[in-house]
Amino acid sequence: MKQTIIPLGPYHPLLEEPEHFKLYVEGERVIDLDVEIGYNHRGIEKLSEGKTWDQVPYLVERICGICSTSHPMAYCLAVEDLIGCEVPKRAQLIRVIVCELERIHSHLLWVGLAGHFIGYNTVWMWAWKYRETILEICEKLTGNRNHYAMFKPGGVRRDFDKEQVDYGLQRIVEMEKPTRLLTDAILDDPVIHKRLKGIGVLTKKDAVLYSALGPTSRGSGIPWDARNDEPLDGFKDLKWKVIVQQDGDVFSKGVVRLLECFESISMIKQALVKLPEGGTIDADIKEVPMGEGCGRYEAPRGEVFHYVRSDGSNMPYRHKVRAPTFNNLPTFEASCKGETIADVALITASIDPCYCCTERVAVVDRNNNEKILREKDLLKLSVDKTHNIMKKLGKTPPLYNMEI
Amino acid sequence: MSKEVMKDLKKKLGKKIIDMVQPRSNRIYIRVEPEKAPGVVEYLFSKYKCKLCTATGIDMREGIEMIYHLAREDKNILINVKTLIPYSKLEMDSIGKKIPAFRWIEREINEMLGVEFKGHPDMRRLLLADSFPKGKYPLRKDFKHSDVTDEDYDYERSGI
Repeated sequence: MKQTIIPLGPYHPLLEEPEHFKLYVEGERVIDLDVEIGYNHRGIEKLSEGKTWDQVPYLVERICGICSTSHPMAYCLAVEDLIGCEVPKRAQLIRVIVCELERIHSHLLWVGLAGHFIGYNTVWMWAWKYRETILEICEKLTGNRNHYAMFKPGGVRRDFDKEQVDYGLQRIVEMEKPTRLLTDAILDDPVIHKRLKGIGVLTKKDAVLYSALGPTSRGSGIPWDARNDEPLDGFKDLKWKVIVQQDGDVFSKGVVRLLECFESISMIKQALVKLPEGGTIDADIKEVPMGEGCGRYEAPRGEVFHYVRSDGSNMPYRHKVRAPTFNNLPTFEASCKGETIADVALITASIDPCYCCTERVAVVDRNNNEKILREKDLLKLSVDKTHNIMKKLGKTPPLYNMEI
Repeated sequence: MSKEVMKDLKKKLGKKIIDMVQPRSNRIYIRVEPEKAPGVVEYLFSKYKCKLCTATGIDMREGIEMIYHLAREDKNILINVKTLIPYSKLEMDSIGKKIPAFRWIEREINEMLGVEFKGHPDMRRLLLADSFPKGKYPLRKDFKHSDVTDEDYDYERSGI
């Protein structure tokens, strides 16, 4: 059979990072895959070596617009590991609240995009509507809908007053019902089951071999969660559990994310109630001695890892940053082979990467005949497959407007 | 828990390591010779059931210091394997040829710091552009932004 190479990518303005996939296909089946990244390499590690310890959190906050608290959190943990200082109780609980709010809004964003991609625009609209509540809480508590600038080594920069805490509690309780509604609607839908189950399976063995992280590993039955494995004091007092699914397909990864939203809501509620009255929110670090430290924190997409080394000056000698997608992207070699093009576009989205790869798709065959598929065409392939499943189940597919 | 791990590792790795310290209860730092490093890291990953967090390369005065960060999640411990590769012989055996998790990070360290990984199956550029001049390593301490000008870029190589 004639082998064809399909480039997916590299630019798409929808999500954060551009990346480029080369799909080697035979007919509809993908037989091999090659990933290229680096289109947006900004040299953050080098920049960080020229910033003072206090300036770095603002820099690493801008690594990712959606994980904008996870990177500063991991950096602060690394510096605190280097110094060996204790963070005050109130500051720890404030950190937990901000981080978990971020997790909910990131997961809902993914659920919405996945819904849009398989032709369920209602899921998209609903998920993003409920995400708005979370962003409003963020704005009230931190002053910003994103890029909260809350953390500093040794504590947090801003305290919550009573009015803010009450507002947060009231709004987060409101979130429970719609999240339950959304989750039930998705988990009970036979079409979504048929469309997502058994697709892009990442086996437990492969997940270990590639060191997959976050929902990607937890969807494959590996209970790795840095919040649990590297317990921070703030998380120790709260009641929550690590969500694990066994199948390793796109559906499992989605279920992990949806169920994690409930854990996060419960953690925020507990933390807001437990928040001790008054007290300091900053360990007041004066200088950073020579040494090295590692910080690990579970971002919505998986574990973020920061390593810092100090030579005793006011800047890091070396600052290493590893985002979760760096470990999760190579897993496509294991999970995409043998799938169809319509599914691969979905699998690449299932690890919640920066999925900016579907803007322009060119089909190239050996005779150098090039055929350009745009995002719309790719979306149509995916939506058509959902509609075919609906027809088989005896349902009438909805009218779908590709222009949305 | 962490004392157990220290004891265990000392017994298993004893002769291969230079020293082992534990500054905090959940951190272990192991120092090894460059030739022994791949063996120790492979043992920790495959037999000792650690996951790879990442690897860091640091430009020191004497050479490039490599640190492999491996986490044993069920024991809540992070094991860091350190080795110093001298500038006179900037190479070590690739771990990525056996374990896929190491492939990308070895590619990154190769282009950023210039460490050669022998036997790596796919040593293309990962983050830098294909047209970026050869022999320049951005994360080394002596690299300045002015070191690379527009004329140095080899656009023919990237096909632009």
